[in-house]
Amino acid sequence: MKRFCVIALGVASGAILIASPAFAEDTITIGMTLSKTGSLNVDSVAEYKGSELWRDQVNKAGGIKIGNKHYMVKFVDYDDQSQGSRVQQLYTRLIVQDHAQFLFSPYSSGLTATAAVITEQYGKIMLDGGGAEGKIFELGNKYLFQCITAADHYLTGAIDALKEKTETASIAFVYSDDPFSKAVVAAARKQAAAAGFKEAMIESYPPSTTDFSPIINKIISSGADVFMGGGHYPDGATLARQLYDQRVKLKQTTILVAPDSPKFKSLGDASLDVTVPSQWEPAVTYKPDFGPTPKEFAKAYEDAFHTGVDYHAASGYIEGLLLQHAIEQAESIDAEKVAAQLNKMDVSTFFGKYKVATGAKDHGLQEAHQMVLAQWQKKNGELKLEMVWPDAAKTSDFVFAQR
Amino acid sequence: MTTMIGLFASLVDGLLVGSVYGLAAMGISLIWGVMDVINLTHGAMIVAGMFSLYLLVDTLGVPVYLTLPPIFIGGLIVGIALYWIAVHHMIGQPPLMSLLSTFAVNLVLIGLGTAKWGTVLFNVPVSLPGASIGRYTFPGTHIAAALLTAAIAFLLYLFLFHTRPGKAVRAVSGNREAAELVGIPTTRMLAFAFGLGVALACVSGMLIGTLFPFTVLSGDAYQLKSFVVTVLGGLGNPAGALIGGIAIGLFEGLTAPFIPVNWTLVFEFVLFVVVLIAFPGGLLSLRLPRRAG
Repeated sequence: MKRFCVIALGVASGAILIASPAFAEDTITIGMTLSKTGSLNVDSVAEYKGSELWRDQVNKAGGIKIGNKHYMVKFVDYDDQSQGSRVQQLYTRLIVQDHAQFLFSPYSSGLTATAAVITEQYGKIMLDGGGAEGKIFELGNKYLFQCITAADHYLTGAIDALKEKTETASIAFVYSDDPFSKAVVAAARKQAAAAGFKEAMIESYPPSTTDFSPIINKIISSGADVFMGGGHYPDGATLARQLYDQRVKLKQTTILVAPDSPKFKSLGDASLDVTVPSQWEPAVTYKPDFGPTPKEFAKAYEDAFHTGVDYHAASGYIEGLLLQHAIEQAESIDAEKVAAQLNKMDVSTFFGKYKVATGAKDHGLQEAHQMVLAQWQKKNGELKLEMVWPDAAKTSDFVFAQR
Repeated sequence: MTTMIGLFASLVDGLLVGSVYGLAAMGISLIWGVMDVINLTHGAMIVAGMFSLYLLVDTLGVPVYLTLPPIFIGGLIVGIALYWIAVHHMIGQPPLMSLLSTFAVNLVLIGLGTAKWGTVLFNVPVSLPGASIGRYTFPGTHIAAALLTAAIAFLLYLFLFHTRPGKAVRAVSGNREAAELVGIPTTRMLAFAFGLGVALACVSGMLIGTLFPFTVLSGDAYQLKSFVVTVLGGLGNPAGALIGGIAIGLFEGLTAPFIPVNWTLVFEFVLFVVVLIAFPGGLLSLRLPRRAG
């Protein structure tokens, strides 16, 4: 009996050993960092939740299908504390120790640029849903693919919408001194000049700024009637509140990132009429070639997390959806084959269009996706984020009037 | 003309916000003056004041400015508890020990706060009529914060110079051994002084919370500013801290129209270093008597 048990144990162990590699092959490991702590926490966590939703939906549907095989998706993630130095260590760890086959970008241009150095070094594909700065794509990267509109085009819609309302405007550009905001404003200044608008002032501020009174007095002194700028969440919201408290007479206030968060309406009347360039809004009417419709995605997200959905969450989901599509089209998880698909793909999803540049100068830079312009408006006494530009996507008229 | 009004508006804004910086720095200055401890939980306590304001207003519906007394009392109690947890055993040790101890507590508190609230922005909308000069508006909240700061500073002065416990705190600050010899319970006074410093930090956080939206991480910027203000006003001198705060506010207001605001922080720290070298006792060199040895 004892001998039988030993033999049975040996056979079972052998079976497990043989079965293990097959099981490992049936899992795709995707690595990423998110900012659970630090200043980027709000937007980063929303983006991660979007990715999580995609993973859970894919696994619930039986995994990513390649031929007769189904690959379940596994995430390995760490808290980067919103710090570049952590990103460098953790992306190395994700690749070397955790054997991540594919990677999603961290949130923000600065962190994505740092992560890309590592992923390129190891020849790993990274889908970028959090880094908008175009410069990252001028470094000869081969495996980095941008899913969102590049920073150069962030304020294009705001300037076009302004142009539809007036031929003469005086714009104050005030922005956070970080790579993303600098890139956005640098491009917007050129676009505004080309549109014939006057630049009333240009000023940057440290990302840690908590009191904008001195800058706001400068805006008043400059005689600007349009404000464009901001940076990320805390500074953008503070700017909005202080512009309101100090009763700055602006006809258009366009602030980056912060007003897109559902939490922005906690500013009350200070959020009224503030516009935000947005990568995506739940009300868009894009017709997807595959994956959920915008409404289906928004509902699934709200059901899963019991919180409002914003474009950061959508950009997290789209990273996964595009990777899944590329793998399924390539019928392989080989990095070169999947990269070739990501280069070739020209598709429309709930998030909008996807097509990246494939030239050596700007490989991976998003070329097809378009921003929308959203504005906080009061409807039946309640603050609501409405889409006001472009015409094809708008849910409400753009309010262009002195507050 | 517009430029002159703009400069005047900037100076008034600087004065208003600077007074709140001063109040924030008074707490750190008082603690340093009494027990030679650099309290690195200061930023976390400012944030505690902000969140207490939010919770009292949003959850319990307490009117904004009526939250000041409970936040002060709560800060005092928390401060005394913190003294026993993180500071008491470090009294008499090299300053680095208390620095590390309070820094560790700060990390724990910020970590707990981040776990609970993330870095989501909180806002307490306050509607108070302001004052205007031309196109420039001074929000009512800024004026109210400056007036309350002045009132708190005056009450602190009355407490320290005209009450027995206040005099006892100053006696412990001046010479702990001598204070013990005349029957002052010095350990209790140290705990009380630490609590008072923390209460001032909490109240300044509450007032800042009426001016700007805030996150769990907002305290760092004010803690850093408090150090600059404290050095300007003289380490250990709460009155100097208030004047230092106003000086920093005015400096920011005066320079803002002429230089990019990006440079303001650089100039502030240049000023910080210059004052440390040239006037180690602070610009006013008005210091509370420090204990011997």
